[in-house]
Amino acid sequence: MTENEKTVIFEKYNERTHVFGRIASVITLVLLLGAPFVMGAKLGAMPNLPAAGKAVLAVGIVWFVSSIAEYLVYTPMLGAGGGYLAFMTGNLINMKIPCAVNARDIVGAKTGTPENEIISTLSIATASLVTIVVLALGVALLIPLQPVLQNPALAPAFDNVVPALFGAMAYKYFRHNMKIALIPLAVMSLLFIFVPGLISSTSFMILPSGAIAIGIAFLLHKRSKKEEK
Amino acid sequence: MSILSKLNSPTMYLICGAIVLFVAIVCVFFMVRAYRAGLAIGMDKTKMKRTITASATFAVLPSVGILLGVIALSGSLGTPLPWLRLSVIGALHYETQVAQGAAEAIGLSGLSAAEMTAEAFTTIALVMSACIMWGMVFSIFFNKKYLKRLQNPKNANTGAAAGFGDTAMTAMFIGLVSAYIGSYIGGFVSGGGLLSFSGSWLPLAVAIIAGAVMALFIWLAEKKNAAWVESFSIAGSMLIAMAAAVVIKAIAG
Repeated sequence: MTENEKTVIFEKYNERTHVFGRIASVITLVLLLGAPFVMGAKLGAMPNLPAAGKAVLAVGIVWFVSSIAEYLVYTPMLGAGGGYLAFMTGNLINMKIPCAVNARDIVGAKTGTPENEIISTLSIATASLVTIVVLALGVALLIPLQPVLQNPALAPAFDNVVPALFGAMAYKYFRHNMKIALIPLAVMSLLFIFVPGLISSTSFMILPSGAIAIGIAFLLHKRSKKEEK
Repeated sequence: MSILSKLNSPTMYLICGAIVLFVAIVCVFFMVRAYRAGLAIGMDKTKMKRTITASATFAVLPSVGILLGVIALSGSLGTPLPWLRLSVIGALHYETQVAQGAAEAIGLSGLSAAEMTAEAFTTIALVMSACIMWGMVFSIFFNKKYLKRLQNPKNANTGAAAGFGDTAMTAMFIGLVSAYIGSYIGGFVSGGGLLSFSGSWLPLAVAIIAGAVMALFIWLAEKKNAAWVESFSIAGSMLIAMAAAVVIKAIAG
């Protein structure tokens, strides 16, 4: 198969991914926003719209800003198919992003390539299905599982899922990129040490931290290009 | 009939289950399409199967963590709604905060079954959906244009995308990880008061242990030719580090 044929097949696939992704996203959105009304019909109490509007303004504005940042940062990592699925199924920082990055790394796919798009979609779809199955099983077995999962002895394990995830990822990505990692890690550590109030807003600090890392990577990239010449 | 019994009724499970099922079908559909497209453009089957295995093992532990979020919210919102929220669109760190904020904004003193009414419940459910829908809305309107600007498959095939674009993505991820590791360091040093070194050191210890186990797995994969270890390295590192957290807590109290 020639490169040209591959490109034609992939572009057709990608084009249809956007069509299917948009249709699925619109349907999911309608279902999610419609569900409270259907539940309301069953419970005999519809949502209080003025109160909901006030609550959305009070609570939602922070998440709106955060969503813009998340969308701009994560979409290039996820690609088309992965992006639609990840924003549909949620849990981006604590699962989908590291999962897609890990899969990409394992198979050695390069950003922006058709291979990366396929790997990212496979990875996000698999992770989403695993979550759906685990939660469905968990909910079905809630009564026997609850005492085990909520056992105080196991609480430290489940309280530290995210540190365990990022600790493992840190070693994997820092070891070949210490020049890129050192400054954002130092800046973020000092920032959280001297302004501990920011710890509860770590997800917002990803943006400046990422910007520093990209800036350093760009300088290193530029330097290596110069040396090549 | 108490409010929690109403919120846990079979009809509520049916409403939420139908939406979860729809999203599961979408995931299967996208997965099959991607796999077929991969085959059509000549991708290695083994690579794709490895992606699926690695992603499935990767997702198990975080999913159990997410299940705990369902259990935590089920005391005040019943089980079906948190199940739906955390299977579709939701995020572990988001749901509790928004549910709490929504409950306060509509006049409850907090998120509790004692104060919950059917109207408060449906209003909270609507607020939870409305606040986090933006990622999906942006995807619908901007994904195609945004990705077209970023990706150029023609160049990618010739290897041009392996230039800075790839490094930039790795750097962004390093930035993400740095922010979290920095927060664990900051939490330990100043979490209990500025420079008091009395905050919780457990997240930092867990991160260090997970990193050390990861180093061991990478050593096995690279030096002992145990490439299969790579697919399970993240899940294995997490599992051992989480088990270590239980042991440390039991010893240190």
